[in-house]
Amino acid sequence: MNLANTSLRQLAQALQARQVSSRELAQAYLERIARLDSGLGAFITTDHERTLAQADAADARIASGTAGPLTGIPIAHKDIFCAQGWLTTCGSKMLSSFVSPYDAHVIEQFEVAGALILGKTNMDEFAMGSSNETSFYGQVKNPWDLTRVPGGSSGGSAAAVAARLAPAATATDTGGSIRQPAALCGISGIKPTYGLVSRYGMIAYASSLDQGGVVAPSADDLGLVLNTMVGFDARDSTSIERPREDYTALLDQPLKGLRIGLPREFFSGGVSADVERAIEAALQEYERLGATRVEISLPNTALSVPVYYVLAPAEASSNLSRFDGVRYGWRASRYTDLADMYERSRAEGFGPEVKRRILTGTYVLSRGYYDAYYLQAQRVRRLIVNDFKHAFTQCDVIMGPSTPTVAFGLGEKSSDPIQMYLSDIFTISVNLAGLPGLSIPAGFGEGGLPVGLQLIGDYFSEARLLNVAHRYQQVTDWHARVPALASA
Amino acid sequence: MEWEVVIGLETHAQLATHSKIFSGASTAFGAAPNAQACAVDLALPGVLPVLNRAAVEHAIRFGLAVGGEVAARSVFARKNYFYPDLPKGYQISQFEIPVVSGGRIFIERDGVETAIRLTRAHLEEDAGKSLHEDFHGLSGIDLNRAGTPLLEIVSEPDMRSAAEAVAYARILHRLVTWIGICDGNMQEGSFRCDANVSVRPKGQQAFGTRCEIKNLNSFRFMEKAIEYEIQRQIEWIESGGTVVQETRLYDPDRDETRPMRSKEDAQDYRYFPDPDLLPLCIDTPWIDRVRESLPELPEAMRGRFVTDFGLSPYDAGVLTASYDLAQYFLALMADVAGEAKLCANWVSGELAAALHRDGLEVRQSRISPAQLGGLLRRIQDGTVSGKMAKEIFDALWNDGGDADTIIASKGLQQISDVSALEKIVEELMAAHPDQVAEYRSGKEKVFGFFVGRAMKASGGRANPAQLNAILKARLAG
Repeated sequence: MNLANTSLRQLAQALQARQVSSRELAQAYLERIARLDSGLGAFITTDHERTLAQADAADARIASGTAGPLTGIPIAHKDIFCAQGWLTTCGSKMLSSFVSPYDAHVIEQFEVAGALILGKTNMDEFAMGSSNETSFYGQVKNPWDLTRVPGGSSGGSAAAVAARLAPAATATDTGGSIRQPAALCGISGIKPTYGLVSRYGMIAYASSLDQGGVVAPSADDLGLVLNTMVGFDARDSTSIERPREDYTALLDQPLKGLRIGLPREFFSGGVSADVERAIEAALQEYERLGATRVEISLPNTALSVPVYYVLAPAEASSNLSRFDGVRYGWRASRYTDLADMYERSRAEGFGPEVKRRILTGTYVLSRGYYDAYYLQAQRVRRLIVNDFKHAFTQCDVIMGPSTPTVAFGLGEKSSDPIQMYLSDIFTISVNLAGLPGLSIPAGFGEGGLPVGLQLIGDYFSEARLLNVAHRYQQVTDWHARVPALASA
Repeated sequence: MEWEVVIGLETHAQLATHSKIFSGASTAFGAAPNAQACAVDLALPGVLPVLNRAAVEHAIRFGLAVGGEVAARSVFARKNYFYPDLPKGYQISQFEIPVVSGGRIFIERDGVETAIRLTRAHLEEDAGKSLHEDFHGLSGIDLNRAGTPLLEIVSEPDMRSAAEAVAYARILHRLVTWIGICDGNMQEGSFRCDANVSVRPKGQQAFGTRCEIKNLNSFRFMEKAIEYEIQRQIEWIESGGTVVQETRLYDPDRDETRPMRSKEDAQDYRYFPDPDLLPLCIDTPWIDRVRESLPELPEAMRGRFVTDFGLSPYDAGVLTASYDLAQYFLALMADVAGEAKLCANWVSGELAAALHRDGLEVRQSRISPAQLGGLLRRIQDGTVSGKMAKEIFDALWNDGGDADTIIASKGLQQISDVSALEKIVEELMAAHPDQVAEYRSGKEKVFGFFVGRAMKASGGRANPAQLNAILKARLAG
């Protein structure tokens, strides 16, 4: 079995048909990781013993005829999800020795489904970054070009799937952290509606924006994984209780009559020519599938980046206060008193991007600035929500580029945070509105690097979004292309 | 110069829920350190708070009991500061929109019921404890208390003396225990008060600069601390000083308040709405259900004791000093119908004295309302005298059992049999002819002599009223 071109659905069928065992599958992926990941840095932790033990349990379950669709499938998890007995670092020195004593709800769901934990993937420190250069565990490299970034913060998950080191990986998206790396790595990635995936056990960056999701080669695979991942959890007060849904149910529905909304603001400069060309070609493909274009406007798009960089750091500054060196995590070895212990532990444990956001967040919440920054940003956030509400009266799905450019070079933007922040311009407003968003491969641009097409749907329209993506993937093969490194 | 004292109180009442306000861990007091701190209380990475419905119900109960407004929508906020016993680095509290606004507590001022207005009451979580002893220069952290639900009750600056502040605190304490939202245990920290104290020249409108006194963990200390603080401020101003706004700690050993931190050191808590929690929405049906479950409130019950039972306002006040005492009294009344005064006297007299002597709470009483009722019925029907009854009460208290058995076994029945009493009187008169003659010559003081002797001869069991009547008749000749 060639893992470089076998979809998750095909793997699941092979397992059910007993053509391959879960143990064989796990060993094959672990072998690929051992062979290929040293040049990529996609994984922080693998644990053969644990993974293979899970595989044996899955094989027993398959043999007993009680297997589900994901039983025996290895899944890589972003190192932001707490998994009992696993090192859970969040890409930070602060948690470099933290072995979680409990499972995130997401991890529990996969456990119940019989999926295996293939390993924990690299990420920007505490999910703060768009290039995976802020991780304590080193850069992740783009499998299409090792001198380029894979995107972030879920860069490890995206690179792992792009290099076919895992059939699928969990990820999280606070301002684009699933869609942007999926786009830059040439794979599919979905951020569901806020509240669908429990945040319990998912280490918080910005609570009102964080949402778990998944990256995989195709929309079909995303749906299969999402079926397991989504679920109500009473331990997360923002978790939404609604009937279980089969996200693969609508995949084959025809697209005739689909109204694609194209926000003027996504197509008015700021997008590189190669990306623009690829997106235009994708839209023409959709027209051939029976869809029509509708020009719409999201007038507050330009404000989404500043709003995000007030709200997310504000929440982060508070969320990260618990990392104080008192109960767990990094504690400075030398200190004179309590304040000194805090200061040194946090100064040593956090990297520069995390510190920058804690400082920004602390500032915007401070007395005298709260109204001007935090409250004002909340007001604009409501305007952005209204923009989308209005847009969805005119169209069924919004499309545009996931990112303004293809993957940029390692180190290219790391000295200029503002430039880095602006690369999230198309993805951030979706988090501010809590809407579902998807990025799928839509060809290649400059340097043979992948271009991502973003699909934004109304609340709870995941199944429809996956349908729209799947029909496109039926008539194109961008999602099936793999980097040279992966076929080695 | 004549000074006016202005006091406002902030009270933290620990809510009597089984589990914590945002986690499922137990709130029971006294467990081994950190044995009752779950992943959420420890603030492990990734954990989230979930609001305890019972804590909200308690807050609603309070809001209704004080006549405050229960907010249809209130918001939890994060109060950010670093301290080792604050695991998340922030406390979840309510800031801009509290669950309860307004309301009143009534105290007596110069014999008149006076309202002390409440500003607000809001829900929040308690912190853990830092233990600085026994760790050889290090500090121990116990997070058992972290996440315990608190209702912070803030009064307006409506009190004008230390005594009024204590009266307010006592009535508030009675109320929160009465409606069952707080166990009121001050030693264990279930009911803690901070006092904001200032003084101003009498007649001046503007408030003086206030100081906040912390650590007032008994009513006695509260009164002493506030008295001290009032004197300190007056003396300081009269000697030319200016009061600075600061937080002061009361030291009961030295009976003084000492500065803890000044306003300049006041932290910026960077409050903002907690994105992990949705706004708390309380609809009218919920409020109605809670209202239906509220017990009769102390002031209403006190009034009813006066109008329905004919008790004096004083007696009624004593009997409604606590929910348990009032319930004891009502249970006793149900047992001994129509003898409110008798019941009241025994509950506020013998029973209260015995409880106080043995350091027991009402609910720990060694005599149940049914046992006491059994005794009072024997007083009522004349079987025993009041004096005998006290003896029986002691026997019940010490050895248990029921009044009838004790009366029978000890032969304590009152002698109400006319012929038996007449026999005693006749023998007595025969033995003391001189005193009989004295009485008949007009020295009626001798009457007491006969009563005493007759009681003694009956072993104290003679029915006093009957004895008096027989003596009067016989001595008259």
